[in-house]
Amino acid sequence: MSQTVDARGLSCPQPVLLTLEALQKSNQGQLTVLVDTDTSKENVLRAAASQGWQEAGVQEQGGEYRITLTKG
Amino acid sequence: MAALPRQQHPDLLVGLETADDAGVYRLTPEIALIQTVDFFTPIVNDPYLFGQIAAANALSDVYAMGGKPLTAMNILCVSLKMVAKETLQAILTGGMDKIHEAGALLVGGHSVEDPELKYGLSVTGIVHPDRVLANSGARMGDALILTKPLGTGILATASKGRLATPEMEAGMAEVMRTLNRIPEDILIAGHIHAATDITGFGFFGHALEMARGSQVTMTLFASRIPILAAAREFALMGLIPAGSFANRRFCERHLQTAPGIDPLILDLLSDAQTNGGLLLAAAPQAAQGIVTRFQEEGCPAAALVGEITAPGKGIIRVEA
Repeated sequence: MSQTVDARGLSCPQPVLLTLEALQKSNQGQLTVLVDTDTSKENVLRAAASQGWQEAGVQEQGGEYRITLTKG
Repeated sequence: MAALPRQQHPDLLVGLETADDAGVYRLTPEIALIQTVDFFTPIVNDPYLFGQIAAANALSDVYAMGGKPLTAMNILCVSLKMVAKETLQAILTGGMDKIHEAGALLVGGHSVEDPELKYGLSVTGIVHPDRVLANSGARMGDALILTKPLGTGILATASKGRLATPEMEAGMAEVMRTLNRIPEDILIAGHIHAATDITGFGFFGHALEMARGSQVTMTLFASRIPILAAAREFALMGLIPAGSFANRRFCERHLQTAPGIDPLILDLLSDAQTNGGLLLAAAPQAAQGIVTRFQEEGCPAAALVGEITAPGKGIIRVEA
């Protein structure tokens, strides 16, 4: 089951908090996170790694990032 | 201000051009005037603590030049419709208590109507013109001293996200409200060759200014640099403020990192600080004594963190 967290337009640390909440809730599977700053992208990737999730891809388009995370 | 024309005057000892902490102007052969100003929005919820932190931060620029603060003026931006009188009173009391702790006097101030609360000080101090501590005086062989632990920017972000415990918040506030006063006996002994305080550009940013200004290469020993324990944990979780990322990106090409250095340490050393510690370059034979004096005077985490290892154009080597 794939979920999406749309954290565009939110300032730090909100994107990370939303990502952590979603990761903890779903426990495994796939999660897509949308962010619109470099800082948020870096921080979301760190947050995912700290919970044992893997980065399955980051797509950039017009300054926005679509981050795909997987676990299990 | 880099775009403004250069000013030259025989008594202007430190002006705009060196990215230093404060301006210094010689009044007599024995006395030079130090002037600085700093104010910002609240970084902690407790108004008294905020007042203390903002004042300690403004006073720090005088200490970083080797000076002694004498007088201070309040700068306050506030909307009286939005902020309770008691809150305001607590901020100003916190500021005044710090000014008095520094041995200085509050002599006035100015406030403007502003929906976003801000507080800080303009501070005037003095220093002997021959004992001005610029950030450009580091010499070959000097030892590098950091007087406070790093990580307050990351902790403030965690606190904003309500992830920090009250103990962690208290630890962070304690670091930020501690005065950067250099004990007078140390100033008189003359073994400190360069000084700067660690603030918005992070440890790397301010160390780089010192390395460039002094035309040297610095070697830092990552394992000796004091860091607030909770900051490591939160950096791993992705609670790094935007300013700290910007610092890292700006400094990266001037860093030479030894193999095996944990990349996390680079984030921590780039973390933007509020009233962070002093970075001092001191004669190696005197350095341990200086660290001990800081530890006695309210900076228990003070440590030897590196050395000036070669002449150069401003490179920082990071070793384990």
